[in-house]
Amino acid sequence: MSFFGTPPISQRYLDTVKPAPVQQLLRRPGLGKLLLLAVAAAVIVPLLHAKFGAAWPSSLTIDVSGPLGKTSDWIIDNRDSHPLFVYFLGHLSNAVVISVRGVYLLLLALGWTGVTAGVTLIAWRVAGVRIAATALISFLVSGLLGMWVPTMQTFALMVVAVAVSVVVGALLGLAAGLSDRLFKILRPVLDTMQVLPAFAYLLPVVLVFGIGVPAALLATVIYAAPPMARLTALGLRGADPGVLEAVSSLGATGRQRLLTARLPLARKELLLGVNQTIMMALGMVVIASMIGAAGLGDRVYQALASVDVGAALAAAIPIVLLAIVMDRTTAAAGERLGADTAATGPKWLRGWQAWTGIAVVTAALALAGRLSGSLVWPGAWAVDVARPVNDFKEWMVDHLYSGIPVIGGTADWAAHFTDWVLNPLRDGLTALPWYGTLLIVAALAWLIGTWRTALTAVLAMAAIGVLGVWKPSMNTLSQVIAALAVTLVVGFGIGILAAGSKRFEAILRPVLDVMQTMPQFVYLIPVVALFAVGRAPAAAAAVVYALPAVIRITTQGLRQVDPAAMESARSLGATRWQMLRQVQLPLARPSLLLAVNQGVVMVLAVVIIGGLVGGGALGYDVVTGLATGDLALGLVAGVAIVCLGLMLDRVTQPTERRTAGKGA
Amino acid sequence: MSRKRSMIIGTAALAGTAVLSLSLSACGKADMTKQSSPFAAAKGSKSVTLSTQTWVGAQSNVAVAKYLLEKKLGYHVDTVQVDEIPAWDALSQGRVDAILEDWGHPEQEQRYVKDKKTITAGGGNGVTGHIGWYVPKYWADKHPEVKSWKNLNKFADQLKTSESGNKGQLMDGSPSYVTNDKALVKNLKLNYEVVFAGSEAAQITQIQQFAKEKKPFLTYWYEPQWLFNQVPMVEVKLPKYTDACAEKGTKDPESIDCAYPTTPLQKFFNTEFAKKGGSASAFLKNFKWTKDDQNEVSESIASGGLSADEAAKRWVEKHPEVWKKWLPKK
Repeated sequence: MSFFGTPPISQRYLDTVKPAPVQQLLRRPGLGKLLLLAVAAAVIVPLLHAKFGAAWPSSLTIDVSGPLGKTSDWIIDNRDSHPLFVYFLGHLSNAVVISVRGVYLLLLALGWTGVTAGVTLIAWRVAGVRIAATALISFLVSGLLGMWVPTMQTFALMVVAVAVSVVVGALLGLAAGLSDRLFKILRPVLDTMQVLPAFAYLLPVVLVFGIGVPAALLATVIYAAPPMARLTALGLRGADPGVLEAVSSLGATGRQRLLTARLPLARKELLLGVNQTIMMALGMVVIASMIGAAGLGDRVYQALASVDVGAALAAAIPIVLLAIVMDRTTAAAGERLGADTAATGPKWLRGWQAWTGIAVVTAALALAGRLSGSLVWPGAWAVDVARPVNDFKEWMVDHLYSGIPVIGGTADWAAHFTDWVLNPLRDGLTALPWYGTLLIVAALAWLIGTWRTALTAVLAMAAIGVLGVWKPSMNTLSQVIAALAVTLVVGFGIGILAAGSKRFEAILRPVLDVMQTMPQFVYLIPVVALFAVGRAPAAAAAVVYALPAVIRITTQGLRQVDPAAMESARSLGATRWQMLRQVQLPLARPSLLLAVNQGVVMVLAVVIIGGLVGGGALGYDVVTGLATGDLALGLVAGVAIVCLGLMLDRVTQPTERRTAGKGA
Repeated sequence: MSRKRSMIIGTAALAGTAVLSLSLSACGKADMTKQSSPFAAAKGSKSVTLSTQTWVGAQSNVAVAKYLLEKKLGYHVDTVQVDEIPAWDALSQGRVDAILEDWGHPEQEQRYVKDKKTITAGGGNGVTGHIGWYVPKYWADKHPEVKSWKNLNKFADQLKTSESGNKGQLMDGSPSYVTNDKALVKNLKLNYEVVFAGSEAAQITQIQQFAKEKKPFLTYWYEPQWLFNQVPMVEVKLPKYTDACAEKGTKDPESIDCAYPTTPLQKFFNTEFAKKGGSASAFLKNFKWTKDDQNEVSESIASGGLSADEAAKRWVEKHPEVWKKWLPKK
């Protein structure tokens, strides 16, 4: 621990390294790779330039709009008669409608009293008193906001969507967990499912199923099943080999081993998978409303049409509350699984008695509600939040938009950000010859990983060129890099502060919860009102969305730094700043890298929302594809976003993947 | 142990239900053209599904039709908000019974109305739509010459933003709207950059923001629209619309160099609904009002802070002479 407090030594050390001979330079792996790349580039680049020029060569692109257009025409013409639809997809669609309707009618029959009581009691049973109180308040608030019926519609859709996602995800995960070959095949599929923007597959899904709940449900399942599959596979693969050995030595068959040892050992991961699936499904509520999912998402979406932030917020709050209740309940249930809870709590709260009790109380309250004649929320008990929220928004905009002395208004900042950061970045990236871009990507990915990493990254970029969307992709890339940089600077800063103060972290937590679960559509109007139409509000939306994850991972990473290292540093008289810079941050490096990676994924997820506020480029293309029924435009732009994601992932995620190989 | 088992049982039960409901419906053919929302008609009543588009004018049509269908004819009305082209698709499949305001989709008309005959034209809704370029009145009053496209280049400097670079900004809206603006800027040799706001919500917010500061702007916009009452705007004259120019434009959209046409807005019905929809379809066929009527409802929704239902109710109470004619004769 002598590497701090004595800068002269390290300085001297650096001085001796500087004039090192070439061999010594080559011994450093990074430089060797770069040199090799430079030599290769010196040979290939002039050839490429002479043959194709600096812009992506048109001879190297494929136009997919023809075949995709034909596919979409075929579907429309055969949808009502072809056996595939009549005997398979049609039934699938009917089954979805019947299931969702079943749950919805049940919820309506229970009435607001029954539903509220049931949810509260279940939360109490599996997660404890505090979370039960949260659930109770949340459902009452949804009613008070006048959103009872849409909340029940969304709830019904969520129950079915989560159930299907969990079953599908668990089956995929089971396959991947038991077979190495399937694991290898499934990984890229799951990657794509998660990174492909949901908007891009809304259109194909709508083409097949038509507007409405079946399409919305399917889109939700595609988005929400991967985490379940990943975590199931992870759980099965991570099972303690000693235990498995013991079980097989007892003569258990493969199936017995799975049911009695591997699955139970993986139950924590399974429950975490359910939890993640719920959160992802809720994230799709508003997006799915664009293809007719009804419920709360539709209310948000319709409120936006009349530019009514207040009304949008009134519908968004129940979504946030549903997410918080479901997240906390499943998370708490997961934690309890680990601990031995059988011995805690009074007896009547355990086992089948408790479940019977819940059923009885719920039925009684449902009946009471029915007798008092109010199945849906009584209309008189409603609070109008729309007006005060709109007034607040107006006030904020009036005072912040422009004309604040010295620091300027938000519109001025946005203009500076566009002029000084976004424009140079975009112009630079678009002006860079294509082979130059590929070379830089290759160099970055190779420095941080192996030649395979570099190859994947380069191929992903090349795919963008081949699809003929090089220019808009470079525009999008510039926006993503700018938003990511802001997110990381702010996120690391706040994360470091939160790691240093428990109280600050406690204040921050609910704010982050809301930021993470608030549907992105709700801040579409406020960001435009503050930052004017263009790429700046798009960046702002991305930062708001990605910030919570970055802050959380940073805080957690810094907190988990070995206390012994911290203690010894302190005993050596290091200041707080020195400790942070020289002990905490280096030791928390893996967490910080994970934060970067999550930042990339989340910023990319907001590219589409960016398209809705003037971000243009790929986001706008995806939205246009959906709005005009242009399968080729939307799908190609969506795939290009996936490729950007793949490339950014490879140039930001070093060694871990290769050495640790942590699950799917 | 008991909890784990109950979790497994729960999952199995859910999977079982899914399989069961799949097999329940799996006896024979499934009709993809006859599917409704699981939330429709929960009270077991006669039901109609209407498509609402994102702009408020279209919402006003739907709000008033919904109010009258529910209050006077005893229907349960569901609304689905979707973009225009997916809405045509939904109409053809019977997910939606009627579109009350269409701004002209010749390709879809050819496919669904003429070829497949799954959609029936329902006549005009009485409102005439017009797309154009608009500038705020406060600015045009100061510089009357801005009202012609010929002088626009002189004003490009005043309309610069950081998004449009060193050119003037012409703001366009949602990707679902019909627009030739990029071609127009090029063919009329204007020193302007088309900046897409990406959604109508974003565009309106930006216009309101400009108006608050009395800043000049140039935007793609359309009539009828409630925002005119809040932010008075005047149209910029573009080269006159002619049939010849329109014909040239259908062949090559890049070549358009004249103004947008005025469009009598049309209703479209699902063919089966048009034939067998009973009093609901008769009512919707009769539905026809004026631009002023529509704007009255739109404004109370968009800036009066009323819910669509309340706004419809208020209008219905004030104008019985208009809607009485729509009710089918018994």
